Amino acid sequence: MDAVIESLPDVFKAFGYTVLLFLVSGTLSLIGGTLLVAMRVGPIAILNKAGAAYVTLVRNTPLLAVFFFFSFAAPRIGINFRWVDVHIGTFDFTSFFSTAVVALTLYTSTFVCEALRSGVNAVPLGQAEAARAIGLPFGGVMSQVVLPQAFRASVPPVASALIALLKNTSVAAVFGVIEATSQMKSLTNNNADERWGIFLAFAIGYVVLVELVSLAAGTLERRWRIA
Amino acid sequence: MASAVLFDSPGPKTAARHRIYTVVAAVVLMLLVAWVLKRLNDAGQFAYELWEPFVTPNIMQAIGEAWLDTLSMAGLSVLGALVFGVVFGVAKLSDHRPVRWASWLVVEFFRAVPVIMLMIFAFYAVFNSMSIERGAYWSVVLALTVYNGAVLAEVFRAGINALPKGQAEAAYAIGMRKSQVMNIVLLPQAVKIMVPAIISQMVVALKDTSLILIVFGVGLTKILKQLPLSFNNLVPTTIVIALLYIVTNLVLTAIASYAQKKFVGEKEMLKVSMVGEADQNQSAATF
Repeated sequence: MDAVIESLPDVFKAFGYTVLLFLVSGTLSLIGGTLLVAMRVGPIAILNKAGAAYVTLVRNTPLLAVFFFFSFAAPRIGINFRWVDVHIGTFDFTSFFSTAVVALTLYTSTFVCEALRSGVNAVPLGQAEAARAIGLPFGGVMSQVVLPQAFRASVPPVASALIALLKNTSVAAVFGVIEATSQMKSLTNNNADERWGIFLAFAIGYVVLVELVSLAAGTLERRWRIA
Repeated sequence: MASAVLFDSPGPKTAARHRIYTVVAAVVLMLLVAWVLKRLNDAGQFAYELWEPFVTPNIMQAIGEAWLDTLSMAGLSVLGALVFGVVFGVAKLSDHRPVRWASWLVVEFFRAVPVIMLMIFAFYAVFNSMSIERGAYWSVVLALTVYNGAVLAEVFRAGINALPKGQAEAAYAIGMRKSQVMNIVLLPQAVKIMVPAIISQMVVALKDTSLILIVFGVGLTKILKQLPLSFNNLVPTTIVIALLYIVTNLVLTAIASYAQKKFVGEKEMLKVSMVGEADQNQSAATF
């Protein structure tokens, strides 16, 4: 544990990057997932198919391959993020960070999409039919009856997708972001005799973060539940 | 099914509007594809010599062997995970509080820690006496065994909870012991529900084998790392390797849904959520 305590500021900064990656790509994934699910459940057949194809392709690709593509292959065909160079406080948001955000967002959006879709599918057909039968217009059916139920039903699966995202931020360690896992790797390399302690310290860091997200999701689920 | 909930069947005006949307969407999608193809073409990525390695017999054989390595890592770890999952899944249902708590702790720990961290740890702390390549291989197997094992433990618990209560009660009523109830009555039925979930876990394991790249490339990631060095074909290699993963996963998914139909019928596949014990109990109650 001494090695961890000695470099405590670095460790906290590394977890700071983990949290930032999670927050930025989490927000973007929620937006991306909503767009995708709109395509998938909308009435336009070609958009349904395009959305389904994208989701199937990306969900079956290893996240590492997505990262690999945007880190090494995409610059070869003129897609790069070298223009990103923002510094806030001691945190640097450079091409490494933005590449990680793009890869994580494109990947997690598909899982968020499926989570939201399962929420829509959880609404019984009779609900929409009853709403139409009492004369609600399309907007009313959506905003008063279907979407509130779909939204509530999709809280737990979306939270699962976000927790997976939190753990997946560790893949950024392979591609140059000095977040928690990367920090752990360099600490284990420099302090061979303390591997167990270092591993446990970082693992506990992740467990705490995961439990926080899980707690937040549980609270929201309970708050939004109807009696 | 979703659209049935969301929309009425369209009238003539709406149908006409949808046709316009369809045309616009088709044009946009085609432009997108054309843009990507043009980008690839402008960068000279369709040149034959960049793709030639993938039809060269030696290299095809190397890729095949790497693919088998990846598949065997995933397969071994799912087998290990099955054992881990049964042990901890049953332990989580134990009548003894300490056993329940200990297994809860183990399962939650391995579910919350990123796989890539487990791999780094296994590589440097557990298999550090082996050769690099062997060590990396077994690090993948160990890390994925404990991670997927923790996930499967939850699947097992959910599977057993999903059985009708009467099954266990009837078994106790005819005088079976606790272990008999579990082994003879509950587990065989639960396993049947769980087979598809176990096969889908194989997809997760297969994708995660690639994470070992952080310390050393084994299996398909080895090709991903080495082939572009000799042929300068990073883009084609990435595309081919990604496609190999995708096709393998699609085959596994097809097997899983076949197993679902065969063993379980049309009911939804068993899913385990990271949060909200409540919804699991709910789904268990409605089973």
